[in-house]
Amino acid sequence: MTVLETAPLAGRREWTQVCPYTELLPERGVAVLVDGRQVAVFRTFDGALYALGNHDPFSGAYVLSRGIVGTRNGEPTVASPMHKQVFSLVTGVSVDDPDIAVPTYPVRVTDGNVEVSVA
Amino acid sequence: MRLVVVGLGPTAHRLTETLVERGFSGTITVMGEEPRPAYDRVALTSYLSGRTVEDLTYPVPDGVTLRLGGRVTAIDRERRTVTTEAGETEPYDVLVLATGSAPFVPPVPGRDLPGCFVYRTIEDLDAIREASRGAGAGIVIGGGLLGLEAADALRGLGLETHVVEMSKWLMPRQVDEGGGSLLRHHIEALGLTIHTGAGVTAIEAGPDGRVARLVKPDGEVIEAGVVVFSAGVRPRDELARACGLEVGERGGVVVDEGMRTSDPRVYAIGECALAGGMVYGLVGPCFAQAEVAADRILGGPAVFEGADMSTKLKLLGVEVAQFGAMSGALDVTYMDPVAGIYKRLFISDDAKTLLGGICVGDAGPYSALRPFVGKALPAAPHDLLFAGAGSAQLDLPDDAQVCSCNNVTKGRICSAIADKGLTDVQGIKDCTRAGTTCGSCVPMLKQLLVTSGVEVSKALCEHFTYSRAELFDIVLVRGITTFSQLIAEHGSGRGCDICKPAVASILASLGNGHILDGEQAALQDTNDHFLANIQKNGTYSVVPRIPGGEITPEKLIVIGEVARDFGLYTKITGGQRIDLLGARVEQLPRIWRRLVDAGFESGHAYGKALRTVKSCVGSTWCRYGVQDSVGLAIALELRYRGLRSPHKLKAAVSGCARECAEARSKDFGVIATEQGWNLYVGGNGGFRPRHADLLAADLSTDDLVRAIDRFLMFYIRTADRLQRTAAWLESLDGGLDYLRAVIVDDSLGICADLDAQMERHVATYADEWRAAIEDPEKLRRFVSFVNAPDVPDPSISFETERDQIKPVFIPLEVAPR
Repeated sequence: MTVLETAPLAGRREWTQVCPYTELLPERGVAVLVDGRQVAVFRTFDGALYALGNHDPFSGAYVLSRGIVGTRNGEPTVASPMHKQVFSLVTGVSVDDPDIAVPTYPVRVTDGNVEVSVA
Repeated sequence: MRLVVVGLGPTAHRLTETLVERGFSGTITVMGEEPRPAYDRVALTSYLSGRTVEDLTYPVPDGVTLRLGGRVTAIDRERRTVTTEAGETEPYDVLVLATGSAPFVPPVPGRDLPGCFVYRTIEDLDAIREASRGAGAGIVIGGGLLGLEAADALRGLGLETHVVEMSKWLMPRQVDEGGGSLLRHHIEALGLTIHTGAGVTAIEAGPDGRVARLVKPDGEVIEAGVVVFSAGVRPRDELARACGLEVGERGGVVVDEGMRTSDPRVYAIGECALAGGMVYGLVGPCFAQAEVAADRILGGPAVFEGADMSTKLKLLGVEVAQFGAMSGALDVTYMDPVAGIYKRLFISDDAKTLLGGICVGDAGPYSALRPFVGKALPAAPHDLLFAGAGSAQLDLPDDAQVCSCNNVTKGRICSAIADKGLTDVQGIKDCTRAGTTCGSCVPMLKQLLVTSGVEVSKALCEHFTYSRAELFDIVLVRGITTFSQLIAEHGSGRGCDICKPAVASILASLGNGHILDGEQAALQDTNDHFLANIQKNGTYSVVPRIPGGEITPEKLIVIGEVARDFGLYTKITGGQRIDLLGARVEQLPRIWRRLVDAGFESGHAYGKALRTVKSCVGSTWCRYGVQDSVGLAIALELRYRGLRSPHKLKAAVSGCARECAEARSKDFGVIATEQGWNLYVGGNGGFRPRHADLLAADLSTDDLVRAIDRFLMFYIRTADRLQRTAAWLESLDGGLDYLRAVIVDDSLGICADLDAQMERHVATYADEWRAAIEDPEKLRRFVSFVNAPDVPDPSISFETERDQIKPVFIPLEVAPR
């Protein structure tokens, strides 16, 4: 398995192992708890990983990990399961309201395990 | 201003409705002779085939006072009062006469015998229905539009039916001899006996003093126990006559172009008015008169300039249409006696102007051509004979009238589309009233949307250029079983929250195993993904199926215990079951283990699928019930449980006409009759309530189930994404008649397929929750955090209200970019 990365490596990141890569279904997300923070980790169809804050800024609920993963103009996205606002998995920016964004987090696979960095 | 209206038919209703809509500031009192508010007389016959008085009744506009059941007997124009039979008087400042017309009964001997009727009011129909029991045969005197309606009614009541018409052919006011003879063939094929060129010498009684036979001038005797006179109508102008208002030589209250009588304080509208030397009997011109009078009462300048007498109707299953003139210097005629089609167009002597036309058997050209009457021919005459929906685009002038019922021109519709940004037919209806009365112009409205440049895109989303119905056909015909194959071969990108659940639903409707199997799991909305309904704080609700709303005490206790043990909030739903709210995802499998062990199944409250079949208590217990509504509701709910559809499906069964289950607000509703079941379809509560339409009456249980099978499968095949049956039915070209043709008469030849699909659904149904809790793969998703499966979501908390839990408000923290 190749190492997949979606964010540039910073100097000294703290990585937290969250689950085996095989735990993730293609085009679906899971929620993980890292240092008390809720992070939504997604696996897209091509196998790439993305991590966003799990908090849906439109509804206030922690549910983005349960949204439908897809694409908008080729860019990978997730739609909030609450009221269907769509967020870019790459930038965290809302497609419906570009003034609103959710945080993005670095995510990678090491030895078959998914790791997320929140600091 | 005190406005008094005498008469309460559709025209009076339209007057008061228009006045109220336009903010009339005075009082409105309507004096009605019948014991009920105004109802749709055009649809009167449907009362005998199962529609109720309530269905036909117009809503009373706000602030209008109705005085029902009291005939007005005198008008005192000096003191400005009207007096009723009971001696009550009502003062007015302005009076409107909308007294309508009375059926003309020719002076033949025996016309007053018991068993002789006219055909105008609900009471007339009740009496005809009563007399028809055991009558054997019935006769309608008069073969015009209304006479054939009455004949259809007698036939529907099971009588051997005769029509006696003076003129040489049927419907002489609407069609010529060629059209009339074709119409006769159609009607005779239905088993009716037609006597044209025939008068009536006498109606004779039997030994019981009731009608027994009719004698024709040629000596022929027709045995019958019921006679209905439908030989035309006469304006009811007797009140106007008695108080000295000017009336026409042949009847009718004379009015000017503002619908005002010879007394400036008194207006006359509808079938009692003589406007420009004409008495109008069609609903369109009468409505136009009502609107003119309303405008004048409000101080406006509106003018009634006469009206188009064009008609398009379906009588005894035959389409008949007539527009413009019924003669001309030139004519083009097409007649196909095999297909039963007759069309004739009348053209000016220079062959340039369309004067009118007649259609029997196929009224297709009517909507397209009627607006061109008096205008240049839009195409070669022989092409016009076949013009209709979907044919060559005809370029209408702006002043062409598109909706003749409500007098709406093409120009008005197009500017409404442009100014208000309308994108669908419903928008045009709401905005202009076009298409809201008879609906025959709806295909034209669709065309106008297209020619106005409104992109009625049927593309599901950016990933598919196809509509849901087209995708359904692709999946069905190509045998596609995965989203990946469908989007790779027929779409682009990787889908979204719109197309994925839609395709998941199509795959599920066609039976592709559990909705969480393999790739299908990734397509599902969160509700289907967790087989529960997400709530505002991210928790879920649980709704076990309670078929028909019937539940044992033991099962009720289990639900109570589960709710108590998991700390859930409980509420009774509108669908006669119990909602358990506030469950975290990791609790769902444990909750369902308990419920499944007690014999419960998924209620599919989370799915676009059959929800419930609600029922009243039915004939088992209720002293009014005529059928076992609970038994049928349970059978239907078990048959259709788990059926995935474009949107949710709700149903109900009522055990008698009192309709306690509110079946007519459902996607399909069943109401028991003495003979069997009436099936209603396309009802809705919610945002835009709609009463379901009667699809078929007095069905046996087997026939009922087959009709529902086909209705549901046809809906599933052809509806748009998230289109409820109500909107779907309204969007069907041809509406209810078309639906009936498809699923009762099998006009598309697809009924065997629909039946087989439903049989497959019934045979392969399995409880989704039982399958989920028995499959460790499927259970893996039910955790709040994959890296901390035992930690509940810390963002979820509750407080107590009325002894139950309630979500604590989560403050919104919007992260700025």
